[in-house]
Order: sequence, then C-alpha cells, then structure tokens
Amino acid sequence: MTIKYTKDHEWVRVEGDVGTVGVSDHAQHQLGDVVFVELPDVGRQLAQGKEAAVVESVKAASDVFAPVSGEVIEANAELENDPSLVNAGAETTGWFFKLRLSNPAELDGLMDEAAYKAFVEGQA
Amino acid sequence: MNEASESLKTTPLHSLHLELKGKMVPFAGYDMPVQYPLGILKEHQHTRAKAGLFDVSHMGQVRLTGEDPAAALESLVPGDIKGLARGRMRYTLFLNEQGGILDDLMVTNAGDHLFLVVNAARKDHDVAHMRERLKGRAEVELLDDLALMALQGPEAAAVLGRFIPEAATMKFMSYLPATFDGIPVIITRSGYTGEDGYEISCDKSDAETIARALLAEDEVEAIGLGARDSLRLEAGLCLYGHDIDETTTPVEAGLEWALSKRRREEGGFPGYAIIKDQLANGAPRRRVGLQPEGRQPAREHTDVCDADGQKIGEVTSGGFGPTASAPVAMGYVDRAHAAVGTPVQLMVRGKPLAAKVAAMPFVPQRYYRG
Repeated sequence: MTIKYTKDHEWVRVEGDVGTVGVSDHAQHQLGDVVFVELPDVGRQLAQGKEAAVVESVKAASDVFAPVSGEVIEANAELENDPSLVNAGAETTGWFFKLRLSNPAELDGLMDEAAYKAFVEGQA
Repeated sequence: MNEASESLKTTPLHSLHLELKGKMVPFAGYDMPVQYPLGILKEHQHTRAKAGLFDVSHMGQVRLTGEDPAAALESLVPGDIKGLARGRMRYTLFLNEQGGILDDLMVTNAGDHLFLVVNAARKDHDVAHMRERLKGRAEVELLDDLALMALQGPEAAAVLGRFIPEAATMKFMSYLPATFDGIPVIITRSGYTGEDGYEISCDKSDAETIARALLAEDEVEAIGLGARDSLRLEAGLCLYGHDIDETTTPVEAGLEWALSKRRREEGGFPGYAIIKDQLANGAPRRRVGLQPEGRQPAREHTDVCDADGQKIGEVTSGGFGPTASAPVAMGYVDRAHAAVGTPVQLMVRGKPLAAKVAAMPFVPQRYYRG
C-alpha cells in the first residue's frame, strides 16, 4: 500500500490496481466547511490531471482533479448524507472515489507523504 | 506580505483581526477577515443563536449638512427623507436616470444633519455623485476618522445593554448618541443579517477598546465577511454589485418597499418615469429566491432555465445557508416565471439542477419591533 499526493492537494492510496482518492487534510483546512461534494459516476474514465469531482464549501466551489488515470469503480455514498466527513477525516472516512488504475506508472510523478509535507510547508 | 496586500487599506481593527487569527482577504480595497478560526459555518450559526461582532469600518460614513439636506437628498433617492423623524433612519437607493441603482444606503435624521452609511466599494463614487449633484444645496463630508462595527444576533440587545442601558429599548431603525464605558458613540438599531442588532459608530481611536469589551462578553464572537454574506443571503437582502447594480431598478429588485408612498406619487428622483411605469405595469424581470432540490449549491452567474431548458435568468447570489441547512440563492428571472413555486432548472457546471422559485427570506427576520 502506498499513498501519493498531487500539487493540487489530492491524495491517492493504492492497493493492488485500485486507487482511493480524496483531498488532503491541508486542503480541507483551506476549503473550510464542506457542504456538498459532486462525485464522478461509476464507470466514468478519468484522465490524470483532469476534473474528477467538485467540492463545495460554504463560500466556494473547487475542482478536484484525478491524481491518476483510470475507471471509477465506486463513489463514497456517505458524503451525500454527510459532506462534513471531508473536514472530519479528509484522508480517511472522507475519501471521494475509487478507481482502477489504467497507468500505474503515473504514480511515479506524484509526491510521497514526506515530499508533500515539505511542499505544503514551502507554500505557507 | 505580497505587493497586492501592501496596497490594501486597513481598518482601525486590523491588528485585532490578525491577533484573532482572522483569515485576511482583499475586499473593496481593504484587507478584511473573511473568517476566524471558528469557521464560516459556526460563525454564521453563532450569530443566529447568540451575537456576532462584525467590523464594517470599510463602509462609508457620510455627513450631509446644509439648509435642507433632506430635500436635497430627495433629488437623488426615492425614499421619504423629509418625513424622517429626528433619530429615525431608513434604507434607500441612489438611482440613475434609467432608474438603475447606483448604491444602496442607510439614511438617518441626526437632527442638524443627515448621517449616511454607504457601501465600501461605492463610497468614493457616492461622495463625488452627491458633491456634483447637490452643489450649493448640501455639504458632503466623508467621515474618515470613524470606525463602524455591527453587533448582531438575538443576544445583541442584552450584551449592548450592559454598556448602554438605553440601547436595549431602542426602536428598530432608530439612532442614539450615547457613551460606551465613557466613550462617545453613535448607535443605530439596524444591521444586515436579518437578526436584531446594532451598528456602532465611534472614533477610530476608540474602536479596538469597544471591540475588545464586546468580545469579552460570553455571548459574542468575532465574525468575518464569509458569514456576513451567508447571513444576509438567507435574510433575502441584496448585496450591491451582485444582486443590484446600475442595470437593475428597484422594481426589478423587489425593493418597492424602499419607494416611499409620497415619492411614488410626487416623483422628483432620477428614473422616476421608468419606475412609475414599472410600478403600474410590472418590470420585465424580477429578483426572486431560488431553492435548489438536494444539497448542491448554485453560485452567482449560474444560468436559470425554464422546464424546457430555455434561459430565463441568472443567479446573482448563491451558496449554502447554514441556518436553512440547505442551499439558497437569489437571482433574476423573466416575470412570467417569477411566481413562488415555479419549477426552474439551475445549470450548475453544465448540468441541470432542479429548483423552484422560493419566497424570501429563507429564514425569518427577527428585527426588534418593541
């Protein structure tokens, strides 16, 4: 199992050829109170770096991009009832969707946890 | 600090905002707190449950003097200013010759002068407009040495009453010069959240002392611009530059209540012919409340379509209403679709979101009626 991060503050946790995707804890702090998440339909093909979901906070809508390419195999239905899960557990229960990776080599271009932490601190 | 923020103006409470860890953003040329660590949702809920303190010092406070400043001002606004009793205030609008709204403002009869509060982004325009149009009839003074705070919420009267006992029994939309722990202030029982509350005007050198004293009360939290926006949206109140501007008339905006009876009959304000016609025959479009189904918000500039997908209007303010616990929006639609209950579609990111025209306010207004 490995977790990787993007410069747009998404994370993907990979188990076998399945990646679970969400936004980072840093991102949820920046977004503020999440009130709605628009998730991709199961079966949709996502391309790395392209729009995959939309997260709405009280104040604004923000795009979430696919950290890697693949087919959506599950969306987190819990977020429909309780979008605040994104604030409570951005990198655990507040995950957005799962996809089957079509190009695992894309993971090599993403940051590991230590590199992401340094990236966020560098932005502050 | 980058170059952009260095050029921003600050209010007398700026260092307090930083101390309270306010998240600062540029707004109307000022560096202002959009939220504090509590977050917009909780700040909003706190204001509706107890009391919130807002820094609104960026807004313009203006003194109008002259032989008959009320008569002079009536040449620019449709409100009954001459009929305002001493110590009373009302909401009115600067209009252009097409009946378009140049700004919305509060006007108080302060006895020997009129006291105006205008929008931050419009204050320079408003002052220039009045100086040009009221030349020889009234003197216009922008009161740059004053700060302005709003204390809003159901506990506001109890809190302010501890410092200014006579505040608790003031009438809604009235004005009172008073002292706050010995500091001279002007208070009005008004605000823009839909809650009971006050605006407190004081010398800028006294603002921090007053703010700290109010924040030390258990019921009071500092509230940023984010919650101010969601509160006023739920209350169905217009935001200048979004819900009203130079292209919207008071009739289109549903602000007929700001067109005083005598003035509707007598006229004598800019755009009167157009407004009179719209009052009699209806305006081509109307500002309405919009209630999406489900939890997805529709933001400003979202297209509003009818059941067949034809565009009939646009959202001018939209978001999530923490008290309504639902998405709330307002916008303009063609008059044929303006009735409450009319089904519409909001085109959010290209996809239709089912909604209906809704009555406003989205939460009941709770102004103090005595």
